[in-house]
Amino acid sequence: MNTEAKAGNEREQPGAPGDLRASLLKYAGGLALAIILTLVSFWVSESGAVWPGGVPVLLAALAIAQMGVHLLLFLHISSGPENTNNIMSLAFGVFVVVLVIFGSMIIMHSLDTRMNDMPASPHATMAMP
Amino acid sequence: MSTVVDNPVQTITRPVPVSQRGPAPRHVVTTYGMWLFLLSDIVMFSAFFAAFVVLRDHTAGGPAGHALFHRQTVLAETACLLFSSFSCALLGLGVEHRHKLATYGAAAATLVLGAAFMTLEVSEFMHMIAIGAGPGRSAFLSGFFALVGLHGIHVACGMLWLIVMLAQVATLGFLPKVARRLQCFALYWHAIDIVWVGVFTVVYLGAFT
Repeated sequence: MNTEAKAGNEREQPGAPGDLRASLLKYAGGLALAIILTLVSFWVSESGAVWPGGVPVLLAALAIAQMGVHLLLFLHISSGPENTNNIMSLAFGVFVVVLVIFGSMIIMHSLDTRMNDMPASPHATMAMP
Repeated sequence: MSTVVDNPVQTITRPVPVSQRGPAPRHVVTTYGMWLFLLSDIVMFSAFFAAFVVLRDHTAGGPAGHALFHRQTVLAETACLLFSSFSCALLGLGVEHRHKLATYGAAAATLVLGAAFMTLEVSEFMHMIAIGAGPGRSAFLSGFFALVGLHGIHVACGMLWLIVMLAQVATLGFLPKVARRLQCFALYWHAIDIVWVGVFTVVYLGAFT
């Protein structure tokens, strides 16, 4: 048990110089990808080149891609054996996030459409001070 | 009968099952705990995102997003956080190689970029409040200030954490526990950046389209 713990600690020690170079390249690649994805999503939102109906979908896809880049290259989430627990909890976290956001959107949209008798916008009856 | 004697029992080497390998190395356990905290933090953010998305169109006659937000400011804020994420990754490398100068340099860059981000965001908030678009103006602005303000508080806390960690590096050196804390900080900072990707897409770019 003790030797195993020591082996585990040794793995945390500085790696070979080639290791450093590979990490630097990985981070630079991650930065470049993130910059490209950011600029593309800003461009998509301002230029009229994309069909307006597709803009939100494209922005969502770009944002998810950028989050994936951050997860893989900066947070080191991979499919390695030490990462199984991280992946499982990430999957659960994504599940809860999707449930909360899209569940709220669907429920509130449904309530909005059912309130036909009321004025369309709340500020028509309730003036803010 | 003779074949059994001729073939002695062979020892088959199987990989040790996960349940018999003993505890995982310390850095794996620590980063897993930090990862669980970050995921629960992101789940909390998702509630604020949901509130903002639901309330986005309820401006109560007040200004809407496209009249308040400036594309250049958002781009500058995003650049600050992206480059600070990169310098934070370099900070992790400096800690991994126990290199003090690289660690201090990367940490200083992270702090400067974080401070630039906070300055931009606070000045944006002050400007909005000054022109009467404060959090009390409409449901949309309440949701906006809650979501973006919560993210700003996370950035400010991260900067405070980094300053404390630098003091620990200066006084304690690269003890294993100090190195582990710095790796946790790097995870936190990258997670904040991931949340910002959601914020600038949903809040700002969503308002411009």
